[in-house]
Amino acid sequence: MSASNYITSSSAISDNIVFKDNKPVFENQGAEVAELLLSVYQHFGFNYPKFYKMDNLSKLGWLAAEVLLQNGFKKDDYRPEEIGIVLTNANSSLDTDLKYVETIKEFPSPSVFVYTLPNIVIGEICIRNKFKGEQAFFIQEEFDPDFIVQHVNYLLGNDILKTCVCGWVDLLDQSYHASLFMIEKENHEGSVAFSTENLNAAFGNRI
Amino acid sequence: MNRKSEPDVFIVADNVLSPLGNGTKENFAQLKKGVSAVRLHKNNEISDHAFSASIFNDNQDIYTVSDRYTKFEQLLIASVEEAIAGREINIRDKKTVLIISSTKGNISLLEREKNSPELRQRIALSTSARLVGEHFGFQNTPVIVSNACISGVLAIITGMRLLREGRFDQAVICGADVVCRFVVSGFQSFQALSGERCKPFDKLRDGLNLGEGAATIVLSVNKKHKGKAKVKGGSVSNDANHISGPSRTGNELAFAVNRAMTDAKVQPAEIGFVSAHGTATPYNDEMEAKAIALSGLSDTPVNSLKGYYGHTLGAAGLIESVISIESLRQGVILPSLGYHQHGVSSDINICSSVVDLETNNFVKTASGFGGCNAAAVFGK
Repeated sequence: MSASNYITSSSAISDNIVFKDNKPVFENQGAEVAELLLSVYQHFGFNYPKFYKMDNLSKLGWLAAEVLLQNGFKKDDYRPEEIGIVLTNANSSLDTDLKYVETIKEFPSPSVFVYTLPNIVIGEICIRNKFKGEQAFFIQEEFDPDFIVQHVNYLLGNDILKTCVCGWVDLLDQSYHASLFMIEKENHEGSVAFSTENLNAAFGNRI
Repeated sequence: MNRKSEPDVFIVADNVLSPLGNGTKENFAQLKKGVSAVRLHKNNEISDHAFSASIFNDNQDIYTVSDRYTKFEQLLIASVEEAIAGREINIRDKKTVLIISSTKGNISLLEREKNSPELRQRIALSTSARLVGEHFGFQNTPVIVSNACISGVLAIITGMRLLREGRFDQAVICGADVVCRFVVSGFQSFQALSGERCKPFDKLRDGLNLGEGAATIVLSVNKKHKGKAKVKGGSVSNDANHISGPSRTGNELAFAVNRAMTDAKVQPAEIGFVSAHGTATPYNDEMEAKAIALSGLSDTPVNSLKGYYGHTLGAAGLIESVISIESLRQGVILPSLGYHQHGVSSDINICSSVVDLETNNFVKTASGFGGCNAAAVFGK
């Protein structure tokens, strides 16, 4: 299978900086995680009341996806089933698992429990954007660009998907890192090859 | 779609490890007799109230290895061990991969132990996967699927694809989950648990039962296995509708089922039966029935195995696939235990007694929180 797919856009949130296509677009040094996530939401003027119900992992992934899809991605070029999401992380939903365990002692909370699965962040991004294609959540000790390139190339190469959002969304307490990529078959202006090297470069783009 | 060069993916070994026994044949024999593992439990460690579930007895012989492994890991190890015992499966081959499926893994440790960096590391699914991998001597980093209730089916589809594209020649796919307070209290908080044995697709269904267990499927592209059952196709979709409620239409699951049949190059008329997710919650079964009808499978016998095992979460897709593969081998379709009166709006054919039927193919479906759906086609 020829791997002639492209990263047509990327986004990242790490070290209190939001990146779009490897360029910093917002910074809020000193903010704690919850505060940071809210400030990103407000800075970009997003208007999506469901955001407030999400756990921090979903907020992080959702925000990174909003930034990724802003300015450029032509959703109408695709049918909902042609757009997929493949995400990975190390800590699954442990951040919310810890919070849920606390609620068990008093009154188990269904609204917290529902977020004790890592793939809920995929669900949130799908609901927001009406993406209905293939999706998968894999747990990996660390970011594994080889795996992502191989997996997404398979989905695109076999026409299971026409385009795919993929990457890493991890959060536990105050440590977090989101790094998302839009992979398409067509080369756009500013696109780079969908390769391990380019994923690594964007993933490590910390100042 | 260039599929000419893709090899057949054979099922060369399998196991179901449940409170009904350790081994596919042993489990299948119990199910054929109508035996269910679901019982009413009074266990203060897990729940303040009595609950119906399928749980191992403490004296059941699943703990075959040292106690450095948790119950979750013991289940994985015991299941893989039984699956590969006496078979020529080269675990140490560089072209063999281990795929682990689980939703909550070692989460019960959070209930008992003090929160610390060590505990967090111990809970991580990658820790369990590494321990299981090392136990058997796998050479590659395990692939870990954690995608709610479709994890098991998604793990099989992932294995099939890794083999099709030549990345590996052999995949050992194993899933497990354990019933604990974390999970039971969560489903209780959703009021999703039935007080009795669950009744998939029945008019009086009122919720699911939880269950614990493990299952393993070993896949291979080696042509020497020609004649064995195969994984023929698979597909995944998302409802994009609600994180904890299924689609109203069933369109998205139907899309996955249709796509899986296309991938397998089989027509709906060639499908002998459907092994549904069938959790026995009002909404899941209704959605699934619509999807089955939309996929052109209205007349095809459908069963849910949740009445026997409860919902075993990350193991469910694997357990139910393995039992259904055994159905294919034996030419016996199992009834949907607990089904008496049709309780879904679509006129689909729920199997209510043991049926002798030689068939070449079946469809396995699964759906879960986050709006995810998966379907796989297995066949001769």
